[in-house]
Amino acid sequence: MQWLNAVVQGVLLGGLYALLAAGLSLMFGVMRIVNLAHGVLAMLAAYLGFVFVNNMGVPWYLAILIVVPIMALVGYVLQWGLFNRALNKGGLAPLLVAFGLAVVLTQLLQEIFTADNRRIQIGSLATDSIQVTDAIYLGVFPVLTFIVAVVVIAGVQVFLNSTPLGRAMRAASDDPDTVKLMGIDNRQVYALSTALALATVGLAGMFIGMKTQFSPTYGDLVLIFAFEAVIIGGLGSLWGTLAGGIVLGVAQTLGSQVNPSYGLLVGNLVFLAILAFRPQGLFPKAVTT
Amino acid sequence: MTLLSLSDVDVHYGDFQAIYGLNLHIEEGETLAVIGANGAGKSTMLKTIAGLLTPTSGTVTFDGADISQMAPHKRVPIGIALTPEGRKIFRSLSVEENLKVGAHAKRPGPWNLTTVYEAFPLVADRKDRLGVNLSGGEQQAAAIARALMSNPRLLLLDEVSLGLAPVVVEQIYAALPAITSQGTTVLVVEQDVNQSMKVADRVQCLLEGRTVLEGAPSSLSRDEIAAAYFGI
Amino acid sequence: MSTTMSTEASENQHVKVKRATKSSLGGLGIAIPVLLIMAAGPYIVDRGLQQQLVTLFALIVMATMWNLLAGYGGMVSVGQQAYIGIGAYGLIYLAETIGIDPFLAVPAAIVIAGLLSIPISFLAFRLVGGYFAIGTWVIAEVVKQITMQVDALGAGSGMSLTVLNELSPGRRIAYVYWLSLVGVVLAVLVTYLVMRSRLGLGFTAIRDDSVAASSLGVRVTRSKRIVFVISAMGAALAGSMIALNTLRITPESIYSVNFAAFMIFMVVIGGIGTIEGPIVGAIVFFGLQQWLSDLGTWYLVIIGVLAIVITLFLPRGIWGLISGNGRIRLFPVGYRLVSPLSALSLTGTKELNTTSTEGVSRPD
Repeated sequence: MQWLNAVVQGVLLGGLYALLAAGLSLMFGVMRIVNLAHGVLAMLAAYLGFVFVNNMGVPWYLAILIVVPIMALVGYVLQWGLFNRALNKGGLAPLLVAFGLAVVLTQLLQEIFTADNRRIQIGSLATDSIQVTDAIYLGVFPVLTFIVAVVVIAGVQVFLNSTPLGRAMRAASDDPDTVKLMGIDNRQVYALSTALALATVGLAGMFIGMKTQFSPTYGDLVLIFAFEAVIIGGLGSLWGTLAGGIVLGVAQTLGSQVNPSYGLLVGNLVFLAILAFRPQGLFPKAVTT
Repeated sequence: MTLLSLSDVDVHYGDFQAIYGLNLHIEEGETLAVIGANGAGKSTMLKTIAGLLTPTSGTVTFDGADISQMAPHKRVPIGIALTPEGRKIFRSLSVEENLKVGAHAKRPGPWNLTTVYEAFPLVADRKDRLGVNLSGGEQQAAAIARALMSNPRLLLLDEVSLGLAPVVVEQIYAALPAITSQGTTVLVVEQDVNQSMKVADRVQCLLEGRTVLEGAPSSLSRDEIAAAYFGI
Repeated sequence: MSTTMSTEASENQHVKVKRATKSSLGGLGIAIPVLLIMAAGPYIVDRGLQQQLVTLFALIVMATMWNLLAGYGGMVSVGQQAYIGIGAYGLIYLAETIGIDPFLAVPAAIVIAGLLSIPISFLAFRLVGGYFAIGTWVIAEVVKQITMQVDALGAGSGMSLTVLNELSPGRRIAYVYWLSLVGVVLAVLVTYLVMRSRLGLGFTAIRDDSVAASSLGVRVTRSKRIVFVISAMGAALAGSMIALNTLRITPESIYSVNFAAFMIFMVVIGGIGTIEGPIVGAIVFFGLQQWLSDLGTWYLVIIGVLAIVITLFLPRGIWGLISGNGRIRLFPVGYRLVSPLSALSLTGTKELNTTSTEGVSRPD
């Protein structure tokens, strides 16, 4: 029954991956930007959390309330200062700028915090668990993470579907020029969507920092996990991304069950298999924009 | 009063000049039809009025103010709305959502979801359908309705008849009186000369970026128009 | 290479198509003596400098090949380190374990990398744009992870190249130097010839409108695959050069994503989409690396910021600035029409038209 437990852990892990991937998916959906700095921005959030919690003694749930708005502001400024300009240049510019940002930010984090592994202190919450059956344990923290992930994805979905700003984002995604004819400044829409995306990244980064040891270069892995969740799930659908995250998580935990060093590799291989045999993902969106 | 005027406007696409010293004016409340063959510069002119293009020289004046360099999204709150060439309905949004996006500028006026649905029953029937699933005629009606949602003073219609069956075109033009009766100024750009002549107070014909004919429809003969249109 | 067509105007006038530019002939005049001097390297400079130059050559190869893939082919890859690793491991495995002469093992390793890149291309081409970029990175990670599981390749601790130890250090370093010099010249030459060919012209069309290009007979996917494979082979060459230079590789070092960062920065700083740009970028990058080496990894921050600034404000890079945005072309790949209406002018030739296969989706 260890296998069943591995599957359960994998599903919960998938929630974290989906939360990570939401921001990546959003930025691509609205602006067609693949933010290569996505992973390291999550690490920025984790380090911010680390400073507040470990160094300043702020309780982790309050630290989240501080870090998330900070990250939203970072997103807003980044979009106006960097990505909007890059979008104007067109072509490869947004991708190259995002990559440059990723490298620069990783190095800066390394200079400030060194490459030592860190972890945000959450006390016993890190290991508390509920025993469901003889073999299956549900960690309190992973369950919490999963619930948060589902709530966030549902929230973003509702926001996109039902609010004027959400509608504006979807319209801008369909047709950036025509949306200007509606009296909407698409640069402002982009900045707000990046703010939203980085708010979710901030949340995700905090949860990673609380769950596991991290360092500046851990951002590379985060980016890969987020990306794989998006592709496995199918472009354009946040719920698909949740499914993709779960598939990835389960693949990794099952792989680890076979041999601890196989976890990441199995996850990557499952991703490649989906890419080979069902490149549109498991739940691709109906309307391609 | 003159609501919109273009003075000596030149517009370029890179090195290519599309419009040469264009002069145009339109009075508040009137309907002006700008006709001409493909490539005459009609859509270019509308895009310049809407702000998607900037004149390389000359001025665009709206309600007395020079708006030549004003960004397109700022022109909507002051009362300019463009129904673009090709309809450009947002594909992944439903018709009703398209209309709501059109109302983003929140200008006061008679047009809201209820009144727009009354004027365009075709659109009301399709209100939950996704943009990508609409026929050409439905898209055109929805696009006009969407532009109305911002309660514009000046409505710009770009090639409404393009790609549509004549019957559908007639239905769409049949809705125009409901718009003009509210006092809205309308600038219609058309290749379909007959339809535009029927609804217009004045007609202006463009050829290769220049005005070649102007006047009230009743004062222009078919031969004059054909000659101007084709540049004979 | 010239084609003559008669114009309508007069039966005695011909329009010629020229490939070379004045500056390219000048460039050739400079290049040959420079190469001769470089070939004399082992007799002129000390061993340490020779090894540094090999590093520079490897960087030039990486930059040139990444530019072929991204600048011309439009495929931004963050995963070329996979082939650097395959080239390095291939070389060491063939030389150490199989016993092939190391200098023959280099072409063999390059061929292996090329062959492996073919099935990989089928996977990678499922993605485009930014997702293609991350996808290639994932593939590189997988290659690294697989390597780390294989004992014959040293698993996690890497491999050493020892068979060259029978040579004196002076000879070994000189031979590696000459091999690397030949390698970098070949890499640049191959890239140049590919881009001068119909393949290169096809890519200009693909960049503008791949559907239209396809309808005109440009084999889009096949062209991309060819470039993908050549680029992989180039990266493998760089990997072999690194292995020969450092004599020891580990999975973490040879498959490092830092190589991807280097490639991108070199090409962006030097000038994307030209042959000269990556070379300039590699030299600038190498210089900055040496000059700022006291600052530790701050150099990467500075270079990264420089790359961002150049992308936004100087999209054609340093070479774009120097060459007056294409007026000087040392490696001309375009086609110019020359009209004999020039008979009426004083200067000699009057260019009617210029078609260039240089440049990437123009961010002007």
